[in-house]
Amino acid sequence: MSEKRFRKIDEWRWEIPAEGGMRVPGIIYTSEALMQGMGGDEGPKQVANVAHLPGIVTASLAMPDMHWGYGFPIGGVAAFDMEEGIVSPGGVGYDINCGCRLMATRLHAEEIRDRLQTLVTALFQNIPSGVGSRGALKLSAKDERQVLTEGAAWAVRHGYGSDADLEMTEDNGVMAGADPDKVSDRALERGKDQLGTLGSGNHFLEIEAVEEIFDTAAAAAFGLEKGQICVMIHSGSRGLGYQVCDDYLARMVKHIDEIGIPLPDRQLACARLSSGRGKEYLAAMACAANYAWANRQLLMHRTREVFEEALGISPRELGMRLLYDICHNIAKIETLPVAGKDTRLCVHRKGATRAFPPGHAALPPAYRKAGQPVLIPGDMGSGSYVLAGTQRAFTDTFGSACHGAGRVMSRTRAMKSCRGRSIVREMAQRGVIVMASGKGTLLEEIPEAYKDLDEVVEVVHSAGLSTKVARLRTLGCIKG
Amino acid sequence: MPYRIFDHTADLGVEVSAASVEELYAAAAFALFDLLTDLSTVRAGISREIVVAGEDPADLLINFLREILYLWNGERFLIKSCSVREVTPQGIKALLRGEFFDTARHGIKAEIKAVTYHRASVCETKKGFVAKVVFDV
Repeated sequence: MSEKRFRKIDEWRWEIPAEGGMRVPGIIYTSEALMQGMGGDEGPKQVANVAHLPGIVTASLAMPDMHWGYGFPIGGVAAFDMEEGIVSPGGVGYDINCGCRLMATRLHAEEIRDRLQTLVTALFQNIPSGVGSRGALKLSAKDERQVLTEGAAWAVRHGYGSDADLEMTEDNGVMAGADPDKVSDRALERGKDQLGTLGSGNHFLEIEAVEEIFDTAAAAAFGLEKGQICVMIHSGSRGLGYQVCDDYLARMVKHIDEIGIPLPDRQLACARLSSGRGKEYLAAMACAANYAWANRQLLMHRTREVFEEALGISPRELGMRLLYDICHNIAKIETLPVAGKDTRLCVHRKGATRAFPPGHAALPPAYRKAGQPVLIPGDMGSGSYVLAGTQRAFTDTFGSACHGAGRVMSRTRAMKSCRGRSIVREMAQRGVIVMASGKGTLLEEIPEAYKDLDEVVEVVHSAGLSTKVARLRTLGCIKG
Repeated sequence: MPYRIFDHTADLGVEVSAASVEELYAAAAFALFDLLTDLSTVRAGISREIVVAGEDPADLLINFLREILYLWNGERFLIKSCSVREVTPQGIKALLRGEFFDTARHGIKAEIKAVTYHRASVCETKKGFVAKVVFDV
């Protein structure tokens, strides 16, 4: 896409004016610096493609971590009218309810400094990770169906956590409307032994320490203080979710003509929200979302056990609690203001995080004054940010903010630039202990393959979509 | 069998070319499995036949690759070789040879989550056929 098609709205927003078959304009939240780094990336074209879809409301949005995906851009947000609009499996992504979970502890960085290697090794040995990793838990058909309808509550009911964890999970860790009958045998087969596994690629578990506090009141509400040890988990619905997406995409591609418009990309295949196929997808997607929440709940529980065993401390001394769990690949039915009027919409967040404002009823009472914690992990070893959702995000971006740093370099280019380098050693020099099961994963995930996290977060903060609460520094990282 | 990787920010794009349509689909299957695993460690002990349908050549290519990717992701079956027996406008019949995954012998190079429809194409050229596909990794 040539640059002349962009119209700069203000310092942080660029518009792609609606033209041709676009029903609404595209709006990209970014900065001059990030725009320049996007040369050749087809993300903006994909933002325009999404604007073609029936029933899209206000604008096709992109967050500053936006980059070229398949169909929808990664970092894309699009909301659809419940009557005229559509739901698109590709607009959710293969890893349904891929998300982040941040746990806080009572430990201070100084206390574990000497035992960090032991801790990372213990986590690496005990948290199943890597390509197609399988968990210790093998679900019966009956249990799997319960996981799909109950989500994180299933894990808590079986002793993997507490009710307090559910309160601190987006939507209490369960999406309504899940119907396991809408999930294929293939997806069920893939899901039966992957619960409690991290996966591979950009999924990770990191030990982090709070490095800087930007907003003392919000940090106090979230229970964060400087030097505090936290754990960030990034994982999703594993093979079950990928299969649900794959199954429904294929079904929707078959009936692509029913939408009544030519789609610019088959990967945008979708179904009307009011149609049988649309409803069936939402019921299957909810199952995968619930699987992901149960998965992260199990991962958290195992992490807690490993910390206690490796450090020889009691649950009380560790004090590991869930700060928040958010999903960043999802389509959700939410009530949001459109031109000042509360409207039920189907919001697609593909590589975008919900960022609800202070006072919203969906927030746990403890966070209602501060706003929803928005968890933004960076690239390997760069740490993470905790932000708080805002009213601006609620009115301007369908209650959404970015989800990470966002890739700038393809995996193959990243691999090439790593020849002769030891990424583990480079990370160690930065004070980060890294362990990975796949040799290629570390190379693909090198920091320079991503945008600058600080820059991405600065855009989100300055544009008012979420405000900075704390920055966390990585101490140890395990990857698949 | 040659294939070329083209750059895509988040995912992995693959281009294959061949003299015939049958060889083209076989080359695409080879690319998928070569990216997944070290093929020299896989034995061709078990044969499996698959039959896949599609609306057009690109759809057929996607469905064919989805089906064989499921053999790995769903059944842990690694493929050593693929011979395409028959290609019609609506379907493809292929014979696959390989074996079930053994952690002691097989190394997995990459996780491929899915075969996407994004930019998928099958074209006839002066020299034969060229196909493009993007894998979600």
